[in-house]
Amino acid sequence: MSYDVIIGLEVHVQLQTVSKIFCGCSTAFNPDQPNVQTCPVCLGLPGALPVLNAEAFRLAVKTALALNCQIAGFTKWDRKQYFYPDLPKGYQISQYDLPFSHDGHVDVVTEADGGAVRRVRILRAHLEEDAGKNMHDESGRGRDSLVDLNRAGTPLVEIVTHPDLRSAEEARLFLQDLRLLLTDIGVSDCNMQEGSLRCDANVNLHVHQPDGSKVATPIVEVKNINSFRFTEQAILHEVERQWELYQKTKQTIKDAPKSTRGFDPARGVTYAMREKEEAADYRYFPDPDLVPVTVTDEQIATLRGELGELPAARRARYRDQYQLSAYDAGVIIDQGREYSRYFEVVAEGCGDGKQAANWLTQDVQRELNERGLTIATFPVPADVLADLLKRVTNKQLTIKAAREVFGALLEGEETATTARIEAIVAERGLAIVQDDGAIDAAIADVIARNPKPVADFKAGKQQAAGALIGQVMRAVKGADPQQVRERLIAKLSE
Amino acid sequence: MSSLLNLPAAELVTRLAAGDVTSAALTEECLAAISQRDSSVRAFLNVDVERSLAQARSIDARRAAGESIGILQGLPIAVKDLICEEGVSCTCASRMLENYISPYSAHVIERLRAAGAVLVGRANMDEFAMGSSGENSAFQVTANPWDLERTPGGSSSGSAAAVAGRLTPMSLGSDTGGSIRQPASLCGVVGLKPTYGRVSRYGLVAFASSLDQIGPFASDVHGAALLLEAMAGHDPRDSTSVDRPVPSYTNSLNEPLKGLRIGVAREHFAEGLDDEVAEVVRRALDVYRSLGAELIDIELPHSKYAVAVYYLIAPSEASSNLARYEGIHYGHRTEKAGSLADLYARSRGEAFGTEVKRRIMLGVYALSSGYYDQYYVKALKVRRLIRNDFDAAFAKVDVIAGPVTPSTAFKLGERTSDPMAMYLSDIYTIPANLAGIPGISIPAGLSPSGLPVGLQLQAAPFAEETLLRAARMFEAATDHHRLIPPMARS
Ligand SMILES: [Zn+2]
Repeated sequence: MSYDVIIGLEVHVQLQTVSKIFCGCSTAFNPDQPNVQTCPVCLGLPGALPVLNAEAFRLAVKTALALNCQIAGFTKWDRKQYFYPDLPKGYQISQYDLPFSHDGHVDVVTEADGGAVRRVRILRAHLEEDAGKNMHDESGRGRDSLVDLNRAGTPLVEIVTHPDLRSAEEARLFLQDLRLLLTDIGVSDCNMQEGSLRCDANVNLHVHQPDGSKVATPIVEVKNINSFRFTEQAILHEVERQWELYQKTKQTIKDAPKSTRGFDPARGVTYAMREKEEAADYRYFPDPDLVPVTVTDEQIATLRGELGELPAARRARYRDQYQLSAYDAGVIIDQGREYSRYFEVVAEGCGDGKQAANWLTQDVQRELNERGLTIATFPVPADVLADLLKRVTNKQLTIKAAREVFGALLEGEETATTARIEAIVAERGLAIVQDDGAIDAAIADVIARNPKPVADFKAGKQQAAGALIGQVMRAVKGADPQQVRERLIAKLSE
Repeated sequence: MSSLLNLPAAELVTRLAAGDVTSAALTEECLAAISQRDSSVRAFLNVDVERSLAQARSIDARRAAGESIGILQGLPIAVKDLICEEGVSCTCASRMLENYISPYSAHVIERLRAAGAVLVGRANMDEFAMGSSGENSAFQVTANPWDLERTPGGSSSGSAAAVAGRLTPMSLGSDTGGSIRQPASLCGVVGLKPTYGRVSRYGLVAFASSLDQIGPFASDVHGAALLLEAMAGHDPRDSTSVDRPVPSYTNSLNEPLKGLRIGVAREHFAEGLDDEVAEVVRRALDVYRSLGAELIDIELPHSKYAVAVYYLIAPSEASSNLARYEGIHYGHRTEKAGSLADLYARSRGEAFGTEVKRRIMLGVYALSSGYYDQYYVKALKVRRLIRNDFDAAFAKVDVIAGPVTPSTAFKLGERTSDPMAMYLSDIYTIPANLAGIPGISIPAGLSPSGLPVGLQLQAAPFAEETLLRAARMFEAATDHHRLIPPMARS
């Protein structure tokens, strides 16, 4: 017997607004100073009223457009009612039957079958307010629990997919793509450690029966997974657990309602969460304190225009325009739009996309990491790096020399310029010597002085050429090793 | 000494502006009246003597220095105890908020302070504005100054009684289903519920958000116009506040409306209306006729569903609005809780009164899955039909005139065990809240038993100017607003 894994995700993404969705409080991540980013509105004080932050709505629409969703012309706010200490009003302002967007998709390039594409349909994306955070005493001494409402009222888009994902790996790839997409368009920082991207996974199995039919196991929702790796691990564990359970009990979706489980990253297992005694009735109804929002086609068109080129399109363009591998294109695009722009300036300027990609994925990346910089604060501007690499393309500098210049540029106090490149090359005599006569003279001299390696080479020992090349290079400082090698071998083969 | 408090608001403002009377003197007189008479009226939950005198003196000093004072000129005002003021307790007449002090001020409080009001104290009310007699206050029962055995009406019981008892010239109330107009009628004062969205609800503790409006009480129409003028207008902190210019209601107040068309609805004179109330209202209509107004029969066919619709929508919203009082963040917290669920249940169980619990349970039921469409959604549809009735009527008439409440003030305790009888006292006022239109209750005379009867006028949305001018026409032609309860005569 075999089975298919069926996964749908519910992803909560905090939008990158300066202020909260229904009040003017800051959305900054500030766990060390609880309850300082609060006001009567987000504290749910008597008499306080919400007012929609237009920027939150704008970012939400951009999010949905990037997910290829339809945007509703009319949308409203509903109260989702339940009691919990992190919810000061006793209800969450959310969207129920008329979400602002629906029916989109994300195409995920899987790692199976040489990069097959999995289309993950988006059921809906709606906007809501985040809750605060409860902090329970974990000492076991039964101390008071505390509530921090700094996060309460942070704008949150909930993205609900259809159950279109077929493996834990696909789920992880989907989340990675989603993060790339949303950080790229600048709607969220998607920082999972700080909780700006959180994921619930609905998992079950479709077990193949001997008669060719399939039987579904009960759906399990694994809640509040806070990393991509944990998502993958949680699903893998859940699949294994459900498969064992099915073999033992033959329980199907008809025998048990959907249940909720948590994930323990330390043990790599999911665990049963306390079930509510009866199914929750959130008693949704339209929030009378807020007015519905209408969205015009013009507004949608404007926001769509602001999206610019999305990562998938950029990846394809880098392949076609610069002949980059999917991997290199991915590494660059993953660093965000500014990094991509930097790459493009370097690639255009030096005329060699692959070389530019090599530098960006290795040298530049390494320096940024070591110096704790971002590309925006990197002291070598894109046009200067382009100038440096163009000298390599034009065979004015060796790669080794270019690295030396690059290092010297980074040691300088000021922002690098092309004039500095010129000066460093001159000071250190790094320019490639184009004097064929001098090289040939040195080759003749080296051959004359080294009969043994010459004889070895002629006897078929290719590696004997290495020592000879080294001697020529020492004799003609700044010679291009490639050129030296070619001319030496030609001479020896005469 | 003839009390300043017997003077109508218009005259008080004139005297204050002219410097004939200081705000401090007037405030002192209010405070004296409160200390003499409020032990029997029990309109106030909290009076801050020092603070109100300080406000009054500061206004007087500014006037003496030639600075402009707002249009309220230092008039003392009572505030219903569910409108937040920074640093002041806001109990909503509930044990739940017995010790709650608001850290911020409502929009209307900011506006009134800027307009030169002296905020003397906090007026009693039915708990969380739920009730029609004031008897649901957790702290005290306010009496009707016309007969201390009787109800002042509710839920703005203290606000109406304070003005009727000549304790303050004006007060603020809130009206969700008649909570300003019904007590105004029973106490013989003017009470106005503005159009929904005319006055910001920011800082008004919500009962039913889609119905609540803050409005003025005063002894005369001019006072109500003045107070409305001081607080109406757009507030970006309330998404339902409407951005429309506010006319000077007092400027045009004394211009009679030529060719005034008054709608009279058959439904207002149907079964349930006491004869003595009907008689006073009919006489009031005659007054309008004698002033040249045209009386036109209209129909409000869906108004018979108003009470039923109201008792689905208002409790539904209330059940949600009152969820925040759970003992975790502020307000009453039980001392006996075990689990979290227990903490919620006990804190709420201990601190809410019977009527509040009844309405929360009604609302929770109406919003429950399986019942939502049948009750809440259906109620919203009928609400729309009620609004349509008014739209059709206002195509033909300028105002609709009729009774405010089916009977005069009933005896305290008489209806406390009969919620339905209590609910029906708002039968004529609820439709205006459901439709969002403005309504006013003005004194129309006394019943044979000597109790005040109000006349209700209603107008199209944002037609407060018409409403007030029509009300003033009647007032100018009669003397009912000059009637003062015997206990308040000095
Ligand atoms: Zn806030």
